[in-house]
Amino acid sequence: MSPPLAPQPAIRLESVRLSFGKRLILNDINLTIPAGQVTAVMGPSGCGKTTILKLITGQLKPDSGRIMVGDLCVNELSGRALKAYRRNVGVLLQNGALFTDLTCFDNVALPLREHTDLPDTLLHHLVLLKLETVGLRGAADMYPRDLSGGMNRRIATARAMALDPAIMLYDEPFAGLDPISLGVALRLIREINQARGITSVVVTHDIDQVPKLAHHACLLADGNVVAEGPPEDLRNSDNALIRQFMRGGSDGPVSFHYPADSAAMEFLGRELTP
Amino acid sequence: MNQTLLQPLQSLGQAVVFLIRAIAHMRISRYQFGETLRQVYFAGVRSLVIIVTCGFFVGLVLTLQTYDTLTRFGAADAASTVLALSLFRELGPVLTAILFAGRAGTSITAEIGLMRATEQLDALDLMAIDPLERIVQPRLLAGLIAVPALVLVFNSTAILGGVFYAVFLMGNDPVTFWGSMQATVELGRDFGHGMLKSVAFGLIASWLAVYFGWSAKPTSEGVALATTQTVIATAISVLVIDFVLSAFML
Repeated sequence: MSPPLAPQPAIRLESVRLSFGKRLILNDINLTIPAGQVTAVMGPSGCGKTTILKLITGQLKPDSGRIMVGDLCVNELSGRALKAYRRNVGVLLQNGALFTDLTCFDNVALPLREHTDLPDTLLHHLVLLKLETVGLRGAADMYPRDLSGGMNRRIATARAMALDPAIMLYDEPFAGLDPISLGVALRLIREINQARGITSVVVTHDIDQVPKLAHHACLLADGNVVAEGPPEDLRNSDNALIRQFMRGGSDGPVSFHYPADSAAMEFLGRELTP
Repeated sequence: MNQTLLQPLQSLGQAVVFLIRAIAHMRISRYQFGETLRQVYFAGVRSLVIIVTCGFFVGLVLTLQTYDTLTRFGAADAASTVLALSLFRELGPVLTAILFAGRAGTSITAEIGLMRATEQLDALDLMAIDPLERIVQPRLLAGLIAVPALVLVFNSTAILGGVFYAVFLMGNDPVTFWGSMQATVELGRDFGHGMLKSVAFGLIASWLAVYFGWSAKPTSEGVALATTQTVIATAISVLVIDFVLSAFML
């Protein structure tokens, strides 16, 4: 079966609205992710960054609106069409999600064994090449438990790109990494994107890395896209919310305190009079 | 309707829908054959120690009790008949299924629950690999194969336990012991019905184990609760279904 996607699709979220119960996560957002570039999706915790990835992969369906990947409307896909689409999308989950009972080699070989009929020798070479790309060919026979968190994510990256997807999605790829592992992850994302000309979407909090990593960035807050454009433009923005996020301010438009009754009422039982 | 009544009914409905989905997603392939055998090893072979030990002591204590009671009526020779009929018809399938739930069922639930918590099931889904086919199918089939096989082992060791007590400890005639058993136990009615029950219990034990793992909340508390639910639900279901099947089979 031929893949249903164009080689380098752009992703468009058109008037996407999504709620979990009474909580509105995405409020009729419009977002365009350019083809062949690395796009960083940023925003405070709980603002819907990972939700956007789940909408792109078809794990979630919006209450209204469309998620377009090339000419495909992802939220209308199901069954075999969704499976065919997902073969073209590589996803690095937050903790790697490697199978602990399989070796690193078998983890990377899993999607190839499932979706191709490659001869064993060719499959073996292909898996080793993927592992070589992430610098872990030497760990092929090791189990995920024998490797560090950063290495596990690199193995998971090799697995995600095993089928040469047209889109790579990375969910918090830098969370909890030491500076060396972080540098390696950063370089990998850029190199994979440049070498293969794919579209990459990176959900991250790490504002310092975004200018080194992404061609394009968008900032989410309160269920809306509050800014998008080149990372440097966002960094130099005058908008108070963008400045707070890009400079890591503890208080500002995004409040330090979770909404609650006034502290005076809580502790003194009455409001303070001026 | 009262919420406490509605909740178990809702759970039962969800479990039935899950089973139907799992069966609908089944696929025959070389991988599935190998993986099912691997799961039979994990669920079945690794349960042998507990099955053999419990089987032997159940046979021992059952013979001890029946022998003591029947001796008062001058019918000690019938002890082997009582032992065999109780084992083949009821105790073998029921106790094996409950032991299987405690040993292998909890392990299956915890494994799938942790796969859910660590996003491994999501990862399969995202790689366009069906987790129902990949993870649930081999474990479901493994229970169906392992439980009847374990029932045979349980029954055999329980009878050996009975022989040990009646023949070696009490000095009864082994020919009378075996002869009495062979003369009264019917292959189809007693042994066959027991094996049919074991297949049903195997399905229930593995179904509930995979279902509770699949539906576990992705937290340590959720996985702990799911493993407990597996044992409780399997024990209750097996005892209830045992009564229903016995009523139809007698």
